[in-house]
Amino acid sequence: MEKILFIDPEKCTGCRLCETACSLHHEKVVNPSLARIHVAKWETAGLYIPVVCVQCESPICQTVCPVGAISRDEKTGAVVIDPNVCVGCRLCALYCPFAGAQIDLKKGRILKCDLCGGSPVCAKFCDPQALQYVKATTANMMKQRAAAQKFSELMKKMLTAP
Amino acid sequence: MVWSRKIAYINLSTGKVEQKPIPRDMRTLYLGGRGIDMYLLYNHISPGIDSLGSDNVLMVGVGLLDGIPCLGSGRCDIAAKSPLTGAVGDSNIGGFFAPELRLAGFDHLVISGKAEKPVYIWVNDGEITVEDASHLWGQDTFETQTAIRKDHNDDDIKSVVIGVAGENVVRFANVRTGMKNSAGRTGMGAVMGSKNLKAIAARGTTSIEYAHPDELLDYCKEMNDMIIGTRWAKAQSKWGTMIIYSNTNTTGLIRTKNFQLNRLENGEDLEPEVIDRYSFGTSGCYGCVVHCRHRYTLKEGDSEPIFGEGPEYTSLGAFGTMVNCTKMDTVLKANHLVNKYGIDTLETGGLIAWAMELYEKGILTEAQTDGLKLEWGDEKVVYELIRKIALREGFGSVLADGFKPAIAKIGKGSGYYAIQVKGMSNLHSDERPTPSFALGIATSTRGSDHLRSRPAIDLYGLPEELLEEIYEGPVTSDSTRYEGKPRMIWWQERLYAVTDSIGTCKFQTVFCAVHAPKWNEFSKLIQLATGMEVSKAQLMEIGERIYTLERLFNIREGFTRKDDALSERYFKEPTPIGLPSAKGKTIDKERFEKMLDEYYSLHNWDQNGVPTKEALERLQLDKEPSHMI
Repeated sequence: MEKILFIDPEKCTGCRLCETACSLHHEKVVNPSLARIHVAKWETAGLYIPVVCVQCESPICQTVCPVGAISRDEKTGAVVIDPNVCVGCRLCALYCPFAGAQIDLKKGRILKCDLCGGSPVCAKFCDPQALQYVKATTANMMKQRAAAQKFSELMKKMLTAP
Repeated sequence: MVWSRKIAYINLSTGKVEQKPIPRDMRTLYLGGRGIDMYLLYNHISPGIDSLGSDNVLMVGVGLLDGIPCLGSGRCDIAAKSPLTGAVGDSNIGGFFAPELRLAGFDHLVISGKAEKPVYIWVNDGEITVEDASHLWGQDTFETQTAIRKDHNDDDIKSVVIGVAGENVVRFANVRTGMKNSAGRTGMGAVMGSKNLKAIAARGTTSIEYAHPDELLDYCKEMNDMIIGTRWAKAQSKWGTMIIYSNTNTTGLIRTKNFQLNRLENGEDLEPEVIDRYSFGTSGCYGCVVHCRHRYTLKEGDSEPIFGEGPEYTSLGAFGTMVNCTKMDTVLKANHLVNKYGIDTLETGGLIAWAMELYEKGILTEAQTDGLKLEWGDEKVVYELIRKIALREGFGSVLADGFKPAIAKIGKGSGYYAIQVKGMSNLHSDERPTPSFALGIATSTRGSDHLRSRPAIDLYGLPEELLEEIYEGPVTSDSTRYEGKPRMIWWQERLYAVTDSIGTCKFQTVFCAVHAPKWNEFSKLIQLATGMEVSKAQLMEIGERIYTLERLFNIREGFTRKDDALSERYFKEPTPIGLPSAKGKTIDKERFEKMLDEYYSLHNWDQNGVPTKEALERLQLDKEPSHMI
């Protein structure tokens, strides 16, 4: 479990391929309301932010689950819900600060990203790479480089200022 | 399943809504989207009706493949008799509305009658209601969408709306969704306005089932890789359609000062790279890996910055080259204004450029233009005319009726300077050096248009063998020649008709990219998504059926071979500048007519452009109107 689903909202173009592919993979239908990922949009400001479970190290959902249905998949690192144990109390959805768990009343269940068993379909479909399934070390490096780039632009501005 | 998606008939005069299934036969003959819309158009609109009266019928159609995760499969087709041309009115719109409508349970809406007061149609998980829109009347296209979301307390509602221009029945008012997408052409917004219909809003949470979901998912990924693997899509994902400017303004294929030049002097500020000054990222339609538009902010003095999306190559022409404005600032601001008011960018630019040339020639004077000096390159005049057109104020109201009525009103030979076909403005591309493009705009069923049949790859000078393989017959590689060009147009017409009917994006088929998904890929996608087996040959026949039915509609409205024509200037005035392939060119009248003959015979239409009995029988059009739906 050395990889994480790395989200870079600045690269998101808002196309919703992640939602579409997610629902087609998991539910065998296209229905964004059953997708485990959702792109929150502020259209009039041009702001798009993919929202999906971040697979916390200390998952709040796991802590609040009264029946112990939530555990970590050691192979993928995903926090997963055992549907045979889950009683559908929705406490996980209620307490998750990242909106990582969604309520599906039609089937009386919780929808939550399981990293597709180690090969997330959303990341595969995300050509602009707003979603990437990469090693944590790689993700760190990418963040550092992006920060450094911004810093270098600032430096350039300062050095060329009259 | 796609098959469970319904058609709804909404009568705005009575408020009655009727839902029906869509027969499978309809799918095998017309697929969906534009195809079924054209069937409905031919069947539900009586000949000779007033396009702005209650007899006109507005069609909204979701493409057959809408919703699948590839090729920008979120497209919607909006049709009616055009108030701009009197011919087929039909415009295709991207964004996110069509998938939402389908998720709400509907693939087609047939909207008839006229509401007594402003209304909007609300479609939500199988239910359709007609809601009061008096609080939305007067709001711009952005405000309207936000207000509808507020009405239902749901940020995921998608709507197609009209702006103030549609309310004022400007004959080229468009229908808009999101920040950028427009069903821009043929005045579908005017039809909505004439019906007191401010918007159609949808929200859906039902599931779209597919015949082979796992294989479909894999194949969609393959399709996305295929399109983004082309150089065209890669360039477009960075610069949008603005990338075309780099080529056309270098070679001399771009109309400037209406029709006087074919290259913009000092046009460096309109180069696509300039958008970096304003952009903070790109934006994509539903299911699209190409994301061809920029999200930009424009700051002017102390006023609040404008946020907009785009601009398209079309706007670089409309508010750049055509009116001789050389600043990206002007294009971005004008782009924002037309989007806000809800008028077609292309038609608006075409009309303003025409008026400027008339002013220069002394045909128009300040007495007729409300005191405005219509000088080339004056951006303030451009902004003011946009406002006047949208609000139908003074001289703006003359232009707001489009070319044909404006020519009649202004007179004095003004028609000679109007660059239009069937009453609709040409794009700002200069077709004099490219006979294939010229034939395409002349024959387009919805009036002058580049999206009906343009073989853009004709410009690449590709090996003849490759072109003959694509176009399945003798064609020429040299874009300045006339031979073989009718075949290119005929092939593209059918491809685009099918693309508009399955609901994917034209930029993700053979438009500018040679190695893009086309017939066989579409055939496989249809099979995996719906289980329907449609061969390449059958798809081509469906394309032919749709295009021929459009032709029949126009013939019924009185259009003839004479209307498949170009402005006289194409034959008389040679292009003044450009590279050797573009300089000194006119369209040769005799060879143009010969192309037209050949084009008609490829379709199996007679020399007046009327489909033969044999053609109609083969395409099962001989019994139309058949009123199946």
